[in-house]
Amino acid sequence: MWRFALNRLLQAVPVLIIVISATFMLVHSAPGGPFSADKAVPPEVIKALEAQYNLDQPLWKQYISYLGDVVQGDFGPSFKYSGRTVNELIAAGIPATAELALYAMMVALIIGVSAGVAAAMRPNTMRDYVPMSAAMLGICMPSFLLGPLLVLIFGIYLEWLPVSGWGDMPGDKIMPSITLGTGYAAYIARLSRGSMLEVLSQDYIRTARAKGLSEPVIIFKHAMRGGLIPVVAFLGPAFAGLLGGSFVVETIFQIPGLGRFYVQAAFNRDYTMILGMTIFFAALIILFNLLSDMLAIWLDPKLRQQARGNN
Amino acid sequence: MALLEVNGLTLYFHSRNGVVKAVDDVSFSVDAGETLAIVGESGSGKSVTCYSLLDLLPKPPAKIEAGTALFDGIDLLSCDAAQMRRFRSNDIAMIFQDPMTSLNPFISIGEQLIEPLIYNEDKSRRQSRSDARLRAIELLDEVGIADAEQRFNCFPHEFSGGMRQRVMIAMALINEPRLLICDEPTTALDVTIQAQILALIKTLQQKRDVAVIFISHDLGVVAGIADKVMVMCEGTVREANDTESIFYRSEDDYTKKLLAAIPEGAKSMPNRAQADSPLITVRDLKTYFHDYSTTIAGHIKAVDGVSLEIQRGEILGLVGESGSGKSTLGRSILQLAPITAGSIHFKGVELNKLSPAKLVPWRRKMQMIFQDPYASLNPRMTVHQTLAEPLLYHGLANPKNIDQQVQQLMDDVGLARNSLRKYPHEFSGGQRQRIAIGRAIATKPELIIADEPVSALDVTIQAQILDLILNLVEKHNLTMMFISHDLSVVRYISDRVMVMNKGVIIETADTEVLWADPKQQYSKDLLAAIPLADPRSERLRASTA
Repeated sequence: MWRFALNRLLQAVPVLIIVISATFMLVHSAPGGPFSADKAVPPEVIKALEAQYNLDQPLWKQYISYLGDVVQGDFGPSFKYSGRTVNELIAAGIPATAELALYAMMVALIIGVSAGVAAAMRPNTMRDYVPMSAAMLGICMPSFLLGPLLVLIFGIYLEWLPVSGWGDMPGDKIMPSITLGTGYAAYIARLSRGSMLEVLSQDYIRTARAKGLSEPVIIFKHAMRGGLIPVVAFLGPAFAGLLGGSFVVETIFQIPGLGRFYVQAAFNRDYTMILGMTIFFAALIILFNLLSDMLAIWLDPKLRQQARGNN
Repeated sequence: MALLEVNGLTLYFHSRNGVVKAVDDVSFSVDAGETLAIVGESGSGKSVTCYSLLDLLPKPPAKIEAGTALFDGIDLLSCDAAQMRRFRSNDIAMIFQDPMTSLNPFISIGEQLIEPLIYNEDKSRRQSRSDARLRAIELLDEVGIADAEQRFNCFPHEFSGGMRQRVMIAMALINEPRLLICDEPTTALDVTIQAQILALIKTLQQKRDVAVIFISHDLGVVAGIADKVMVMCEGTVREANDTESIFYRSEDDYTKKLLAAIPEGAKSMPNRAQADSPLITVRDLKTYFHDYSTTIAGHIKAVDGVSLEIQRGEILGLVGESGSGKSTLGRSILQLAPITAGSIHFKGVELNKLSPAKLVPWRRKMQMIFQDPYASLNPRMTVHQTLAEPLLYHGLANPKNIDQQVQQLMDDVGLARNSLRKYPHEFSGGQRQRIAIGRAIATKPELIIADEPVSALDVTIQAQILDLILNLVEKHNLTMMFISHDLSVVRYISDRVMVMNKGVIIETADTEVLWADPKQQYSKDLLAAIPLADPRSERLRASTA
């Protein structure tokens, strides 16, 4: 298993280099630069700024020195937030974003799995149709609609929950987590319904019934393990998606997270910031995919044995 | 009163397309220590009857319309869910057909074994994990699993099919049930393993005085194990009597038809093999596969140095158990599997040296019939399209005369011409295999390799298809390699037989010579394990074994 992980991490190196190179080329080939603004700035000022950030060097030299810095874990200084490094900005934004992603994931898993399993236990009845229709609605509903809707109902009319903020007032983390998690909950519900239905029709479930086991033992012990493997495999990409996709929710609820910086960086052509965030997210996606694959392997004894044997 | 008394059991499946009368007014009884065999072809309702006793059918669509099933005086068909779980936990156990799919692949076999003890519906009979573990190891030992203590924590995929079925039997017996229902318990197993499992069930039954209901389509198996037999067809009981009466003095037409359909004895047609005129010559053929399943880097030697010749007009039978490499050998000869070493000469041309493009005209002369007619026909093509495709591809017909040629093929394989526009799902298993055979002979090949062509078919259909194959070989002057695990079928159709095991040929001999006097121990074991549809000789064999 550890050799499998090591193998995959080694495979990630070329992937990351490609991501860095492609992003580097793309941001530099986009028209304009970090210091082109609406206001006319004297050319000598721009020149001085470019010299300060090495932007007057040939592109390949900039690329090599940037690569060298990244290998040492240094994403360089931000062009727009003068005096602060990209590392500092990411470090400042990550706690709120990570916490939000974690809660959203919990919302997605708890609601998604229980709805999916409940639907699979009574397929083609009301217990199936109701949660699955809700799931379809959840997938279709964008967070920029769901968020304000929740704010309107629970924040303004009912006055149950604070309308914005993060960690300032009790309960202010509830609505953002639900807003971000709903789409994923809906997707997980459909995913787990499908795979549970398949598992429940397997011969070994009939064997478990014939042994006199009760329904809870059959569902939780015999069916869930196999039935949730597709869900586990989806967790990796989902978590990465939550981290990256939290921008809208962070904006609606005024959360000091990463998403804000990312979008700002793109508008400002803040080269180092765009690059730093992209590489950071790419690394997270690779990491979470690896973790969910390892979890899926650990759940399946056959794969577990193969992973042990092969590497 | 008998242990189990079923009276007038009637069960229908209700679907949008109407009502299927799966079980219609079925009555029978079983006593302690007695074995009742329920025999019938697929769709006869034999499995459904037994599943309904343990409430294992999905409802809907299944619905019990009438009848009672008294077990110890309590009706199984109308008891509540908790009572049913008590019966399943303690009194009635079941062994299923396919040991590959009937055990949970995610849970160790030890854990699965002890579940009936630790989760027993009857709380007073629940045991602690450690007690249950000891009991399970004892039982694993009894059903013949070596190193039971070490293997307790192994997962199903670490066991062979036969071993898994032993685990299933141990699991069924762990709570000392009084009734054991076996649903085709040996159908998915090799013949030598089948003999071992049947002997095991018999021994355990006698030791514990258990009543057994044994569901099977195989009359040979039933002859050896049953005290009484019930023959079912299309949901109804055709005949029920003691085993000897059924086999020797049956009154019923359907029973007689079933018994007559069992392939018995030697090939009835003359041997048409031309001496010293090999159509195909294989020299030292090796086909290895990469093995991804073990820690040792290496190969699976599926075919490991096989040499053979098939004479023009000959039917060569190839027998072996699962994993012996017989299918891989067939595919390798037809260049459908990449070979590792060796040579294959077809009419003097070395096929393995030809480029894919150069091979095309030779493919026309060599065709294959596959095992599963459900999987090997394209479900989105009509019969006409399936049969016309090879003819048009090889330029043997043009769009003008294609209809006539396809109709001729339909006549050849005994299908009605007016079903040409139908799709495969509209045909029965036997009819589909006729289509597959028609597709194989369409290009007028000289060599046909048939890989288990009748294994997926019911016995009466099997007999028809075997006769069809024999007639076509005669009519079209074909040479054939017939691959099967079923020795009776091979005997019925082949001129010469090769026995294969672990990638190598053990023995080759003319069919009747081999049956009369097998030289190798492996061949002897294989032949001795064939169950015969004759209760007296089966009993004789059991008493001498």
